[in-house]
Amino acid sequence: MIPVPPAIQRIPWKLIAILGGITGFGLLVLYSAAGGNWSPWAWQQGVRFLVFLSAALVIGRLPLRIFEDFAYIAYIGVLVLLLAVELLGFVGGGSQRWLNLGFINLQPSELMKVAIVVALARFYAQLPPGNTRTFTALWPALVMIGLPAALVMLQPDLGTALAISIGGVVVMFAAGLPFWWFGSTAAAGIAALPILFSFLHDYQQKRVLIFLDPESDPLGAGYHISQSKIAIGSGGIGGKGFLNGSQSHLDYLPEGHTDFIFATMAEEWGLIGGLALLFGFFLLLRWSTRVALKGRTRFGQLTAAGLTMTIFFYIAINLMMVMGLAPVVGIPLPLFSYGGSSMLTIMTCVGIILAIENDSKTGSRRFH
Amino acid sequence: MPKKKSPPITEAWRGITFTRRALVVGGAQAAVGVALAARMTYISVIDNDRYVLESESNRVNLTLIPPRRGWIVDRHGTALANNRVSLRIDLIPDRLHNKEMVLGQLQTLLQLDGDAMERINRDLKAASGFQPVAVKEDMTEAEYSSILVRLPELPGIAPQRGFARNYPTGAAVGHLIGYVGAPNAEEYQKARDPLYITPGYKIGKDGLEKYFQEMLKGKPGARRVEVTARGKVVRDLSTQPDVQGKTVHLTIDAGLQEYVARRMGRESGAAVVIDCHNGDILAFVSMPSFDPNSFSDGISTSEYAWLRADDHQPLINKATRGLYPPGSTLKPMAAIAAVEHGVDPSERHTCIGGYRLGNRFFRCLGTHGSLDMPSAIMKSCNSYFYWLAHRLGYDAMAPTARLLGLGEEFRLAGSSQRYGTIPDSAWKMRKYDQQWSASDSLNAVIGQGYVSVNPLQLAVMTARIASGRRLYPRLINREFQNEPLPFSPEALAVARQGMNLVVNGAGTAVRSRLPLDGITMAGKTGTAQVRGLGTGNGKSGTWKFRDHGLFVGFAPVDNPRYATGIVIEHGMGGSRAAAPVARDFMTYLFDREKGMEALETLEAGWGGPIKDRMDRDYAAWKSGASSDPEPGVPQ
Repeated sequence: MIPVPPAIQRIPWKLIAILGGITGFGLLVLYSAAGGNWSPWAWQQGVRFLVFLSAALVIGRLPLRIFEDFAYIAYIGVLVLLLAVELLGFVGGGSQRWLNLGFINLQPSELMKVAIVVALARFYAQLPPGNTRTFTALWPALVMIGLPAALVMLQPDLGTALAISIGGVVVMFAAGLPFWWFGSTAAAGIAALPILFSFLHDYQQKRVLIFLDPESDPLGAGYHISQSKIAIGSGGIGGKGFLNGSQSHLDYLPEGHTDFIFATMAEEWGLIGGLALLFGFFLLLRWSTRVALKGRTRFGQLTAAGLTMTIFFYIAINLMMVMGLAPVVGIPLPLFSYGGSSMLTIMTCVGIILAIENDSKTGSRRFH
Repeated sequence: MPKKKSPPITEAWRGITFTRRALVVGGAQAAVGVALAARMTYISVIDNDRYVLESESNRVNLTLIPPRRGWIVDRHGTALANNRVSLRIDLIPDRLHNKEMVLGQLQTLLQLDGDAMERINRDLKAASGFQPVAVKEDMTEAEYSSILVRLPELPGIAPQRGFARNYPTGAAVGHLIGYVGAPNAEEYQKARDPLYITPGYKIGKDGLEKYFQEMLKGKPGARRVEVTARGKVVRDLSTQPDVQGKTVHLTIDAGLQEYVARRMGRESGAAVVIDCHNGDILAFVSMPSFDPNSFSDGISTSEYAWLRADDHQPLINKATRGLYPPGSTLKPMAAIAAVEHGVDPSERHTCIGGYRLGNRFFRCLGTHGSLDMPSAIMKSCNSYFYWLAHRLGYDAMAPTARLLGLGEEFRLAGSSQRYGTIPDSAWKMRKYDQQWSASDSLNAVIGQGYVSVNPLQLAVMTARIASGRRLYPRLINREFQNEPLPFSPEALAVARQGMNLVVNGAGTAVRSRLPLDGITMAGKTGTAQVRGLGTGNGKSGTWKFRDHGLFVGFAPVDNPRYATGIVIEHGMGGSRAAAPVARDFMTYLFDREKGMEALETLEAGWGGPIKDRMDRDYAAWKSGASSDPEPGVPQ
């Protein structure tokens, strides 16, 4: 047997294969969506992936302790950035989401998805076990979730606000808060849906209404969903073949390289391509869920569980949207959609989970 | 709330809880994943057919190519309606980068007026993507090429070659052929045919164009192209050529049709010429008329207003929809009826300038003295026919009139007919709830009173008298029985002899004898009162109140071939206005050169051919100057 140097052994080859597989498949679709061109999307996306993957591997080598120590500071810092967006951010596409730092358009709400999970994980890791079922366990978490969610809603960005909330709520759930709190809140939430609905912007309300009845506006807001379903449905089992998708190439599918990239893919690769991609995401989530279960520290476990949920939420909402199961919200498909912000978020999540995995491999003592 | 006994919360408990709950979350995630896979399978396998269809209908755009319309030709194959190349310019909104400049150029090059520019701007706003907006249809070669050479500097302009309906003889066939036009919203609703909203597609709107629409329309071609969501054509997939509509063969003689129309001159009236062998309608003219070319191009409102304002009513087909008292043209018919009812044609009656019925005296136009039946027809003596009508009653004559086609609505392609009245006692009882009186008979027998007929019926009547058969008029080759009329040869001979004398004896139309050797025409003039004699003598004064001039005739006398019925509205008398028209076109039928000579001399006096006159009248009307409403008296 050839001895493998420990430095190489330590590199998570399986994870890189999963990430590379998903992203590589995405690059092919971006190549096709540009009409058989590496520019403007595929090339840039590939370079970006390599940069962010390296960053994730570096993050994964950091000691877990650092994340726990800086959890609150990071959370407060991102919260300040969100406030800054409200005050200084520039308006793009009808909403105010980005902060222009000169060299990059930063979207702080993306960072918040990670920061909220880490901060809540730290909060519950420090909380004495006896307090788990008391009010003390509840209200600070609600405030921590509520502030950024409200700020993001103001931008307005319903999808990201939901992503922040769901990440936080899963950490609370995993922390062992009484089950019936969640059950009754969910029930109350469903009851309060009409009121929440009235808080939405006109265009968001319209999206929800059209989601319930897409045929009511086939050329307007329902157009996205209809065309997306046509693209997926017309692909059939085997797809129309690489570079042969008419829906995306003839511009019937809006946003065919970002939010609706799954439809672009499914048209050319069919059900087989769709299931392959789902399997890729399944492997990624299985890995992170296992990391959560094997986590050495409570902070690590909660963080991994929360970040897994964050990644899952992206995938689930995007796919439900393109298949007509959810209203159109601007959520990209992780690693697959063209765009830097979401890839940054996902890779940060992956990096932190990797750090947790390394922590549980190297650490000597499990706490229970 | 009573405190429930719960296990003590420890680190270990929290660890177990975490594992349990993480598995719950993971399970939920897996469930969503399975649901997504199921949904995707459903869409792409079970609904696949539907979505494949929808994606194809997205991708492929079917552009219809309007079919070329079938021709309408006369008995010799000469086109009465055909197609000519029509040049048009469209704008493609998405390629129009410098709208102001392009529109400005077009305006100067094509001399578009304010109305046109306004319409183009309005259409441009409403149109989207690559949907073409018509700038100008039916351009001249010069205009078209002036655009073509500037094409590179004028992005967004799309020149097109199509077909437009063409009527070579213009107004001469207006009422016969009708016209075509763009379908309106109502017609589209009814047909539900996408072709109806294709630019450049026209359907028959009136006359034969409408009647034979199904035959003439043809099958559209189609161009399949791949288009983007915005309508940009990516590539041609396939093109299927159009199938031209079928040709409609008419019995009309194009030369005669045009001749008759021109010979009507400035008069208002109608003339129908029928072939006595088979009922073929050789000419079917109502003048003045409209130029169907103007209608097919989309008539301007001012031109339409001009046509409507004309008191000669160019929009009404007088050949089938004009009803006139036939006057004396019915006397040959009355003679046949009398002989059939046992009157001896050689029996004489003395005209004393009228006929006394009770205490009323029915006037004759002259004092003709002793007359037998043929000479009564020749002289058009009212007294003689008053006497016949009083003796037999009109109920004895009305069936004969009907057998000769009067009061009958013919099954004739493309015409809506008003078929008038041949009255009898039953009709009067039904209509007015009154008894028929002897004076009604007297009025009816000279073609006044309740009697009204249209020019087509007059021509049919004459053709039946001339042939002795029940000829049925036809515009296309339809088979009719045309069985012999149930009249004695003697009765028909009397009518024909009288009509021969009218022209060739000492009758009312001797001046209209044919200028030909060995060919003679027989006929009967008629003068129909427009108003009662109390308001004038019908021979002068306002055009509107003058008498109508009528003439029925056939030629040659010994072996009838052509029969005709003519009405010249307010022509003041049949011998004066109508008979000379018949003389000329009958001459034309037997000797084309001689006929044309006569016509050209007359036309020079009227101000040129029909189109020149119409154009001039229209220009005059448009400029506000009133054109002369009084037609010159043709001689």
